[in-house]
Amino acid sequence: MDCGVFTTNYREDMAILHHPGAKLKVLVVVAFFLALPFMVNAYYVSVVNLIGIAIIGAIGLNILVGFTGQISIGHGAFMGVGAYAAGIMTATLGWSFWIALPAGGLAAALIGGLFGIPSLRLKGLYLAIATLAAQVIIEFGIIHWPALTRGPAGMVLPAPTIGGLVLNNDTTFYYLILAITIGAVVFALNLFRTRTGRAFMAVRDRDLAASVMGINLFKYKVTAFAVSSFYAGIAGALWGHYLGVISPEYFTIKVSILYLAMIIIGGLGSVMGAIYGACFMTLLPILLRETADFFGGGFAGLTHIMLAMQEAVFGLLIILFLIFEPEGLAKMWHKVKEYFKLWPFSY
Amino acid sequence: MYAPVSPQLVIDSLTLHFGGVTALTGVHLEVNAGEITAVIGPNGAGKTSLLNCISGLYRPNAGRLFFEEQEITNTVPHRRAELGIGRTFQNIELFKHLTVLENLMLGRHIHMKTGLLSGGLFWGPARREEELHRRRVEEIIDFLEIESIRHKAVGTLAYGLQKRVELGRALALEPRLLLLDEPMAGMNLEEKEDMARFILDVAEEWGTTLILIEHDMGVVMDISDRVAVLDFGRKIAEGTPEEVQQNPLVIRAYLGKQ
Repeated sequence: MDCGVFTTNYREDMAILHHPGAKLKVLVVVAFFLALPFMVNAYYVSVVNLIGIAIIGAIGLNILVGFTGQISIGHGAFMGVGAYAAGIMTATLGWSFWIALPAGGLAAALIGGLFGIPSLRLKGLYLAIATLAAQVIIEFGIIHWPALTRGPAGMVLPAPTIGGLVLNNDTTFYYLILAITIGAVVFALNLFRTRTGRAFMAVRDRDLAASVMGINLFKYKVTAFAVSSFYAGIAGALWGHYLGVISPEYFTIKVSILYLAMIIIGGLGSVMGAIYGACFMTLLPILLRETADFFGGGFAGLTHIMLAMQEAVFGLLIILFLIFEPEGLAKMWHKVKEYFKLWPFSY
Repeated sequence: MYAPVSPQLVIDSLTLHFGGVTALTGVHLEVNAGEITAVIGPNGAGKTSLLNCISGLYRPNAGRLFFEEQEITNTVPHRRAELGIGRTFQNIELFKHLTVLENLMLGRHIHMKTGLLSGGLFWGPARREEELHRRRVEEIIDFLEIESIRHKAVGTLAYGLQKRVELGRALALEPRLLLLDEPMAGMNLEEKEDMARFILDVAEEWGTTLILIEHDMGVVMDISDRVAVLDFGRKIAEGTPEEVQQNPLVIRAYLGKQ
């Protein structure tokens, strides 16, 4: 498929898509997603929307965990910061969504960067506990500051408008999410072939060596927390405005762990891995529910048990992936591609 | 280029403790620009500790350090890299999940400017800077004869090649002072000869000042201009290779009392 590619200058060698076929493939994929809402019903569009939002959040978390080697159990809360900051701007202050969305991301980046400061001194488990504190503190803050966040009752958020068009249904929101997701993917891919992204990976692989190569560890660790939280904030703000309502229970530690599961199953330190993981973890509960419904017709109790099994299946999958394919779905897909590269003459 | 009016690096009565253990006691050393200085001594003499103090990984308890007449005693490691001090490690400290190319490009970090935003957007200046520094890195790849492995992840390479890549990464930084911690440890004779050739070329062609720690006395005596001998954290001798070889204190430290 893509063997026999020779580059003759550095620009070609640095390209993300080496092969003309790869460019065509990307075009086909983008065209498919542009046409998707016309081919399937609104329910499936809403599923794809949720996947898109999950992709943005998972790439963000992977930038921090997979690429920079830090850890965060507070990403659910950082999504909450983005959602609430943007929500307060649109619902309470009446600002435009187009200002509130990036501002929500920036608010999350600020808070995330702040909670990233301990990462200079803390590593591994200790850092995990410090970010767990971030999760708890932010959740507490959202619940106990009703003047700003309306407390446990939650907020109703207005639908964004563009020109005269109100983005209040799955299909219109679909294109917004698609555009932002593509932007998030491209930005991350570029980031990791340039100076800042390389510095992140250097910090992950050998932080002492990174410091003697002139990399300011503190600056890059905090930057990684901020970029990662920016992605989370954008995902949170999009999610909130898509659902039209937010409340503290949307941004609990369960969300943080769900996103960690996405990047572990998808593949740590891989942008494509974050995408695969996000698809997998969003589709899995839907698949389990459909299966339960299918078999549950005859046995009323079975639906209940199958739904309760969801969490167990999640946990089991994470364990199995850690044992059998620690590099996740991205690696599995890579192996399949490698196998078929020279197929059927792969000896 | 730095004009050598005074020693490029001055280590002034450096003392370093770890709890009750004294690693270095009042070590004084001056290194002239463009020279190859070897630091030798038995195991545990404090050679690596001395290098760690120069590159900033350890902060000395007493004493001062000057690089090109600027005091660097309390300067953080990444600032020292920007000043022009590069190093390699005894136990290879490469970024092992990254390719050879990425490792070397990381060596260019302090010479590049692309920030987060322009890097993520990868337009105009960011792309041009990548290409420019890629060119520089390719020169180093040619120099070290590692063209065939440029796209390989360094974790998968053989030990000798990893050592060479680590030298390449330090060279990509274009240091004026390069610290090499046992660059030939664990190598066979042929690999040692290659590495010695590279080290001499670096000193001659690039005018880089070198401080190296090495246990192979043959190599040390052949390539260094000056030799400093450490024993139990003290400098017991310093001079040209010939002087040091004749020094009774050195003979005693290495061979025991006669």
